[in-house]
Amino acid sequence: MSKPKCEDQVALNLWYTIAPIAELEEPGAQQTILLEQQIAYARNAAGEVVVWAHEGVPGGVPEQNTLPVQERYGYVWTTLGSPNSDIFPIPEYAEADRRNIHAATFGVNVSAPRLVENFLDMGHFPFVHTDILGAEPHTEVKEYFVEVSEERDEIIASNCKFWQPMAAAASSGGADVDYIYRVPHPFCSVLYKSSPLDESRKDVIAIFIQPFNQEQVRVHMLLSLLDDANNDTDIRLFQQTIFGQDKPILENQYPKRLPLDPRAETPIRADKSAIAYRRWLSGKGITYGVIPPAA
Amino acid sequence: MMSDLHSNWYPIASSSDLPKRHVYQAQLLGREFAVWRADDGHVNVWENRCLHRGVRLSIGINNGTELKCQYHGWRYANRTAGCTYIPAHPADAPARTICNNTYPAIESHGLVWSGEEASGDLLSLDGFDSATVLRAVPVFAPMNMVAEALLGYGWDDSCKGAANDDGSVTVTAGDGTAVRIFVQPMDSNHSVMRGLVNQAPAGAGRAELLQTHSWLMQELRDRVEVLAAKQEAPAPYEPVIAKVSEDLVDIPALGTDGRKAELRVQLVKKEMTAEGIVSLRLEPIKGQLPTFQPGAHIDVHLPNGLVRQYSITNGPGETDHYTIGVKREGDGRGGSAAVHDSLQEGDVLAISAPRNNFPLRRDAEHTVFIAGGIGVTPMIAMARALNAQGLSFEFHYFVQSDDHVAFKQQIGEFERALTIHKGLSPEATGAKLKEVLAEPGFARHVYICGPGPMLEATRGIAASQGWTDEAVHFEYFANTAEVDDSTAFEVDLARSALTLQVPAGKTILEVLREHGIDMPSSCEQGACGTCRCGVIEGEVIHQDVYLSNAEKAEGKSIMTCVSRAASDRLILDI
Repeated sequence: MSKPKCEDQVALNLWYTIAPIAELEEPGAQQTILLEQQIAYARNAAGEVVVWAHEGVPGGVPEQNTLPVQERYGYVWTTLGSPNSDIFPIPEYAEADRRNIHAATFGVNVSAPRLVENFLDMGHFPFVHTDILGAEPHTEVKEYFVEVSEERDEIIASNCKFWQPMAAAASSGGADVDYIYRVPHPFCSVLYKSSPLDESRKDVIAIFIQPFNQEQVRVHMLLSLLDDANNDTDIRLFQQTIFGQDKPILENQYPKRLPLDPRAETPIRADKSAIAYRRWLSGKGITYGVIPPAA
Repeated sequence: MMSDLHSNWYPIASSSDLPKRHVYQAQLLGREFAVWRADDGHVNVWENRCLHRGVRLSIGINNGTELKCQYHGWRYANRTAGCTYIPAHPADAPARTICNNTYPAIESHGLVWSGEEASGDLLSLDGFDSATVLRAVPVFAPMNMVAEALLGYGWDDSCKGAANDDGSVTVTAGDGTAVRIFVQPMDSNHSVMRGLVNQAPAGAGRAELLQTHSWLMQELRDRVEVLAAKQEAPAPYEPVIAKVSEDLVDIPALGTDGRKAELRVQLVKKEMTAEGIVSLRLEPIKGQLPTFQPGAHIDVHLPNGLVRQYSITNGPGETDHYTIGVKREGDGRGGSAAVHDSLQEGDVLAISAPRNNFPLRRDAEHTVFIAGGIGVTPMIAMARALNAQGLSFEFHYFVQSDDHVAFKQQIGEFERALTIHKGLSPEATGAKLKEVLAEPGFARHVYICGPGPMLEATRGIAASQGWTDEAVHFEYFANTAEVDDSTAFEVDLARSALTLQVPAGKTILEVLREHGIDMPSSCEQGACGTCRCGVIEGEVIHQDVYLSNAEKAEGKSIMTCVSRAASDRLILDI
């Protein structure tokens, strides 16, 4: 691979999801883009997943100069740099009674950090996901906790509660739903949502963002659910409806990159997790997909 | 060069681009605008960006009085672009400094004109008073190249083009028919031609005129775009996005505006609205009035030196004036008499900017308003806001008689939600309130404003019917209790690292002021909540009528104008 187009060393050294493993059942090499670099992926004759960078036509599966590969959570992960840590853990994925579903891969014309903030945000539920994840006039974002775990290098927002009109299929009216959010990777997030079936456990929804460039991404969404009532198609359709509602909002954000200057936008208490996220990104020295604060 | 362009007026839309309740997306010199007409006819040209998370306001909702962002439902007022409501925090009044960037706008000759720093009048458009607005035709070419090509525009051999001082081109034919075409620079390499013809035929004549010029301008467009494609495209403009004000970055700090009368207004209309109640319409002498929220009040500085607080009764989006109601108080201290007897239409008054210490939650499934007498004024603004949003409420107005019903037209908007209770005895009022407050419940709130005894009684009834403190909101006109200022104590200011002595006979507020600490205040008798301040340590004698019982028991805040220490020392969060 020649010199990468992305000049952000922090972003280069991260692991990225580039495709659900199921896509490798297609014959031949598949192509995609990561951080402006064309890459291809395929299974070789031995059945191993191979990922490589290329310009123009990808050619056959190479034996040398391939990129690092991991298969994790049902996806192919790779990197253009030298990661100094492993892919973050999602222990729930391995629990035997869960259903792990690839819900969708969605293209969005926005920067990765704007998408992460949208995923962390509860205040938009009544306005963007009307009558599904929220409904006017129940618009209050109650106080919640945010901490940055030094040990795990991730942001955790807990004790998040939001009133939802139909918290579960079985409920007869609205109720507060509990959420916990994790941001264990600058461009990935995991949320835990009260399960209607088991009070002691939570459904897991994770997003893994694959930046094509600074202002265009695709996002892979993993579900790890305790639900055994709905079929895969209905569950996917539900998530895709939600995503389809967020997409036009995200694509109308200006600027598309996330401004890290505290005076660029107007945060409120409900945005505590976003404030922590912006500061965490600043601290990491990330420049990809953001507008760094003026020196 | 840039600043020259920014001080010009350019047409950015046709009047017909702004039908009722629409938001139009325009662009000038690389900067996007959200352009919308309020129901009162005012054309707003705003930065096309919600201050919160940068979402385009052109995808927002124009409800006729306010523009609502699609992402989090923030509401911005007609004219001022000030934020009136943040749904994520329904109990809080948004900071007054949350205000979007607005740009000058003139609507004239069927076009809407703007410019980042445009001022003064448009150049004369004499001869185009009865004009036809042509279809706007975009051109992917720089503005100057389009203007130059327009000099050769024409529909017959007699046509002659001439450049005007404002950069537009007028093409005149031998028979006197003239077309004036303006070039709107969307960006450095993207322009729009907007033309006016000095004729206004109807029917088939109009259609023919529009078709002819549409075709000719399209032809010109094609020619100019071929030329432009041969040149290197100029770099796009990079409009600077203004930063939000510093005080919005962190949790809002204490205000520093004291008891000030920063606004000058003219009393434009004074009329009796009910027995003993006068309605005053105040308009700005120049510029705009600041954004108000329902429940807000202003300080009015009266000619006799007194300062009084009056609630704003305006509905959402009524931003070109404030209307207040003043009742003549027989036993008052002379404020209301001064309003009734001395003020005349045309008088200039000093007022404060609106303050909202009585914010309205809009996350209730049902809201009950209980107004007694002149206490109706803040309730009118609140109920009009809920009414405009289609939220459920009921409005109970207790008066002595029909002659005492104020603001009949405004409360008439509430239709079936309005009940006027006339001439009830205190006992009958109590019985009625029991009935009205029979159903506390999830997401139900009650707002009370009226004379002290009625307010006390209503709070008591609400509590006994099971309404929680959090669901009962009230505002007293005045603190009628005797305030005891006979104690002496010490206050520590935690953030300013100062220790001050408060002697008998002086308030904390007075002592703070003496030491140069600016603290906002308004009524200075423990009723309005403006001089509220956090308490970190120490026992408090509250003496105010602003805080709820739960808030008083918590002891986390005081009104510096009346509250005192029960202990030797208070540590305040200042």
